[in-house]
Amino acid sequence: MRKKILAVFLAVALLACSLCGCSGATDKAGTSSDETLNSSGAASNSITVGIAQDLDDSLDPYQMTAAGTREVMFNVFEGLVKPDSDGNYVCAVASDYTVSEDGLVYTFTLRDGVVFHNGAACTADDVLYSFETCAATSVTSAVVTALSGITEIKADGNQIVMTLESANPDFLSYVASAYIVPKDYTDQVTKPVGTGPFKFVSRSVQESIVLERHTDYYGAGAKLDKVTYKIYEDNNALFTALNSGALDLVAHLSIDQVNNLTNGYNVLEGTMNLVQAIYLNHTVAPFDNELVRQALCYAVDVDAMMDLTAEGHGTKVGSSMYPAFGKYFDPEQAEAYPYDTDKAKELLAEAGYANGFEFTIIVPSNYQPHVDTAVVLIEQLKAVGITAHIQQVEWNTWVSDVYGNRNFEATVCGFDASTLNASAMLARWVSDNGKNMINFNNAEYDEVFAAAQSATDEAEQTELYKQCLQLLSDTAANVYLQDLADFVAINPALEGFEFYPLYVIDMSLIGYKS
Amino acid sequence: MKYAAKKFCTLIITLFIVSLLAFLAFQVIPGDPTTDMLGTEATAEARAELRAELGLDRPVLVRYFDWLFSFVTGDMGTSYSYRMPVSDMLADKLPITFLLTIMSFLFTVVLSIPLGILAGSTRSKALDVIITAFDQLVMSVPAFFIGIVACFVFGNIFALFVPGNFVSYTVSWSKCLGYLVLPALSIAIPRIAMTVKMLRSSVLSQMEQDYVRTAHSRGNRRSSILVRHVLKNALIPVITFLAVSAAEIMTGSIIIEQVFTIPGISRLLIASIANRDFPVVQAIVVILAAWIVIVNFVADLLYQFADPRIRLR
Repeated sequence: MRKKILAVFLAVALLACSLCGCSGATDKAGTSSDETLNSSGAASNSITVGIAQDLDDSLDPYQMTAAGTREVMFNVFEGLVKPDSDGNYVCAVASDYTVSEDGLVYTFTLRDGVVFHNGAACTADDVLYSFETCAATSVTSAVVTALSGITEIKADGNQIVMTLESANPDFLSYVASAYIVPKDYTDQVTKPVGTGPFKFVSRSVQESIVLERHTDYYGAGAKLDKVTYKIYEDNNALFTALNSGALDLVAHLSIDQVNNLTNGYNVLEGTMNLVQAIYLNHTVAPFDNELVRQALCYAVDVDAMMDLTAEGHGTKVGSSMYPAFGKYFDPEQAEAYPYDTDKAKELLAEAGYANGFEFTIIVPSNYQPHVDTAVVLIEQLKAVGITAHIQQVEWNTWVSDVYGNRNFEATVCGFDASTLNASAMLARWVSDNGKNMINFNNAEYDEVFAAAQSATDEAEQTELYKQCLQLLSDTAANVYLQDLADFVAINPALEGFEFYPLYVIDMSLIGYKS
Repeated sequence: MKYAAKKFCTLIITLFIVSLLAFLAFQVIPGDPTTDMLGTEATAEARAELRAELGLDRPVLVRYFDWLFSFVTGDMGTSYSYRMPVSDMLADKLPITFLLTIMSFLFTVVLSIPLGILAGSTRSKALDVIITAFDQLVMSVPAFFIGIVACFVFGNIFALFVPGNFVSYTVSWSKCLGYLVLPALSIAIPRIAMTVKMLRSSVLSQMEQDYVRTAHSRGNRRSSILVRHVLKNALIPVITFLAVSAAEIMTGSIIIEQVFTIPGISRLLIASIANRDFPVVQAIVVILAAWIVIVNFVADLLYQFADPRIRLR
């Protein structure tokens, strides 16, 4: 019997050992992410940033889809020009550019001494290759369209000359999206190489991303030597880590988290740069009726909603444009439909819905602010006799059902701009646009937008885009709500953080106070 | 030997069915992997092109057998989201889940056996009642709840660790193991309770056996009877139970990895389902199913070892 028992224990021990063997054998697969868990002060000149989502898509500059991925990789890639925090385009890989009088010919001068992260010098060939690859493979259709408007691109020494089919005042914003990459480098999807102030070092699935200072950067470059992004897909975990001081910088915090923060970090407030609205499907009754849409706008008290969900933080918007676009944004539009339940009831009666109606708001469940907003709004709508139900769906389902198949009545979500120009916000509402999720169909809008697109004079173009915005507001295309507040908590030893009008964080500006 | 062959066939058939079901489940749920790969701004042509490139435009069964063939030949494919070979990703993540499973299992064995024997053999009525009552209480609390409470108490109140601040074994073994203690205990505690209950009743029933009375009458001391005779017999059913536990601990980690945000295969599984990352989901599902079948097989063998009267056919 004793032998038998022994054998049993040996077997168990063997099992355990074999399992240990499994774990030991795969050690080599580990990445080289160093230990930077505690903010170790200025001495090491590195910081740890907490992010709420994994970079779980391709890292190829033209294939990145998630906003969170673009936010990080903004530090790795650069175009010939790049946006600054004021929304202007400044020279990056190009040292200078000129535009011909008629707006058709762009001449970029390649900067001397631009070196890729892999050590290769950046040549005009790389630039041509980058534009070609970007035009062929970019996942942003607006970029593909804009770049396909280039009839000729040629290099002449260090001059790159692009000739456009027709003038496009937004062209620079698309040039900025065509990140410059080394020619014939094939590992971009997993080991990206660009020219930015930081170089990509490693990615560990669901754990971390490490960037290091690009020492051969042509400009002033980054102040920090190393940035480690730690991934906390659980919001509470992210907050606890931040509050314990394990993280130096966390963006996109909610007001509740800011209120609970006790570690003395500085909190900065910006906006998310998106337009949150109840987006209505115009082919579904009763939202095909302008009166009903206007009634909804009157029935919604945006201020009260913002008070409840974010203690009043955030900026009201009245059309498909957020405040960071100072050129187009008109705060007056946010007041076009003041909270007025009597007026709403009147309009509903006029539209034949005196007794109200029922509809369903679909909300992507992974965006808590949208869920919170929807919860408050359905309570407000009850006052005018409208019964709304909330249906939370997974993000992937939302994209395929609501965004792709347009199979919805109403949804609360936010639209941002993939490139820094008005058309990124407005092109989608043209009646035959593939992204026209709400089936907005307004001949006048199509006309004005087309005129804006072909306008060569910037002032004239701005005016036309503003007209588009006014049309969206007048016809109550959607129940426009707000640009959400965005809170950033940062270690008080750090300085230089700046909000961008795009969803990016420029790490090269951040450094320890001397 | 015949038995082993039979079990092996069961394993293959089980894995086949499980993988087919997982594959078919993906055909039913809405959503498309190209959504995540190309985002919301891609053109319809790019989407169609990518679908063709991934082979998603082919019939379901063709794709399944294609996947099966590659899998059998050792190619798990490339993750849709990360564009990395699935085998590389799993090589990173499997050790973490295995570590958690092993730690949890060790806790179960090391803590439950002494406690169970104590509960079964003690002559102190009070101690027995305390252990039994506590046991009953703990057994009915699910592991994830213990995990949440542990996170709150040790993380938020005592600040002994930062929930979610997991350190991989590739960085520091000691920190990694340190972080895994609480999650491992959270999975282990309900299992310990069950094992203690089982061992206690097993010891009690053995104590009433004739051979114990005989040993007593021959003048043996109570403690030596316990160790030399009772324990051997009482442990037999418990050993099988523990082996089966090893299977359940690994699947139990699916929830615990969420609670403690441990980047093991279970977290990867959940994320991959949300991303519609078929190749990763398929690989993980097959690995988990294989683990359960294999551990059950080992449990059967152990049973036979422990009690030769049982013959497996």
